Amino acid sequence: MLDTAPAVRPTPGRKSSGRGRPRRPRLGPYLLIAPTVVVIALLMFWPMIQIAVMSFQKVGNRQLAGEPAESVGTKNYETILADDLFWQSLRHTVLFAVVAVSLTLLVGTLVGLLLHRLGRRMSMFVAGGVMVAWATPPITAAIIFSWLFGSTGGVVNWTLDLLPDLLVGGDWIDYNWFATPLRTYTVLTVCVVWQSIPFVAVSVLAGLRSLPGELFEAARVDGASAWRQFWKITFPLLRPIFLVLLVLSVIWDFKVFTQLFIMSGMANRDAFNLSLYAYSEAFGGMNAKLGMGSAIAMVLTLLLLVVTAVYVRIMVRQGETS
Amino acid sequence: MNRRMRRYGLNALGLLVFAVAVFPVAWMISTAFKPNEEIFSSTPRPLPSDPTLDHFDYVLGNGIAEVSFWEYFRNSALLAIVTVVVSGLLAVLAATAVARYRFRFRTTFLIMLLVVQMVPLEALVIPLFLDLKQLGMINSLAGLMLVYIGFALPFSIWMLRGFVAAVPKELEEAAAIDGAGPLRIFFRVLLPLVAPGLVATSIFSFITAWNEFIFAFTFLDDQDKYTLPVMMQYFFGNASNEWGPIMAASTLLTLPVIAFFLVVQRRMVSGLTAGAVKG
Repeated sequence: MLDTAPAVRPTPGRKSSGRGRPRRPRLGPYLLIAPTVVVIALLMFWPMIQIAVMSFQKVGNRQLAGEPAESVGTKNYETILADDLFWQSLRHTVLFAVVAVSLTLLVGTLVGLLLHRLGRRMSMFVAGGVMVAWATPPITAAIIFSWLFGSTGGVVNWTLDLLPDLLVGGDWIDYNWFATPLRTYTVLTVCVVWQSIPFVAVSVLAGLRSLPGELFEAARVDGASAWRQFWKITFPLLRPIFLVLLVLSVIWDFKVFTQLFIMSGMANRDAFNLSLYAYSEAFGGMNAKLGMGSAIAMVLTLLLLVVTAVYVRIMVRQGETS
Repeated sequence: MNRRMRRYGLNALGLLVFAVAVFPVAWMISTAFKPNEEIFSSTPRPLPSDPTLDHFDYVLGNGIAEVSFWEYFRNSALLAIVTVVVSGLLAVLAATAVARYRFRFRTTFLIMLLVVQMVPLEALVIPLFLDLKQLGMINSLAGLMLVYIGFALPFSIWMLRGFVAAVPKELEEAAAIDGAGPLRIFFRVLLPLVAPGLVATSIFSFITAWNEFIFAFTFLDDQDKYTLPVMMQYFFGNASNEWGPIMAASTLLTLPVIAFFLVVQRRMVSGLTAGAVKG
């Protein structure tokens, strides 16, 4: 099933510059993109500006009831920067992203390489199975992993307990995987990595299919090992794909919300990451603190903006936007 | 190494990857059919020895809340379908513009699409909540539809523009010479040819809307407005030990999207190679 990919591979950007331009009214393209521009401006750009403004305001229950928001200068930022909870959430966000992204890229690439080497039917079969993880809604993924790692009837503890104590130690049956932030994040990592691998694997597979097979044949004739082939041929040629996958994974893992919300919840402040912290400040208590939430969200946004800048640079250099 | 041995080894590895990937979902489905004593047994078994539909009966028979499960299902399906149709339509228009015309701000528009994909939606929930509240669209599916359409658009356009560019311009020119108007050309020539791409983007939009949790959770107050993910969270929070019904409900939420995904997998992958990955 996967092999039909090249048949529909379009070549954007490589349009007929030599062929005649269509003679159509000049207004055409602007009318075509107008609805999209309006929707994106209203639903994304305008709210982004609002967050920036609100992060300097006090927006609480009274403002929600209609009173005008009062400006508090940089007080929201001063409060969060002085709060240990902020630094802890930031640390969780960054450390989780580093671990989850590394694992996702590593295992995803290996699965992609495997799919490429398998026979056609087998490759289709395995790819189909891997897709199941991708299609699973994050909320059910989080619930399923809570169940798998649960302390009553959880199959993970049961399996660990069966394994020889020499390898994993004993006493797993009542092990509580959600007792400490480190343990919660371990389960979260497994859950998120499981769901992110398919995208990486399929992208790497598509990239591998686009490479000329003669390169690898020549390398094999010269006696290059699989390891050498990967680092000397595959990786350099697919570098743009890996870069994009890296940036996208960093962005996605930086703002993980749903799974952590399900596994840990808003009451468990010790395990917050930045997006859960922002949400909890804004909507968590009886007293809505939307200004504070906005300040935290701004920090997250600024961090992501740096990563986005890298991404846009890569895409522009690859000519994707030309 | 022997060639055949290597072949077997690779296939075994493939089966292992398959098993690991599918295991959590398979375990969910299997648990949904197990009677309670098997669910909490100290020696879990892969398949129910005494399968039961009790948990599904419970979930479908208003066991979760006063509202019927089908109501949630209907809300989710309605949201997803409207999102797919509207964002698909807008995306085809915009993708045609960027793939067929050179115009000022074209690059700006494309870069905007890239940047917008990176905006942390989790942050936008705060201002959008206020905006929709002011418009009186809180606690309504219409407000959510609007938001989901906005989220689905950038990626859809990014993906579709490759498909539009792949349609030979000569076809449209020939139709124009034969006297077809722009609308006719669009519906009779362009649309059928970009249909595979539209299928791929539709899946992404559908999954975006079907799976979305945080906005639905924040915006919807009344139980009869809940989408399936919000219902799941509510149910999970209130009955965290009832693993049987929880897994049955999860199964009902997950299987439609997995089935949908697998049926159109081929299109999906071609869409992906067109949009997300180009070496």
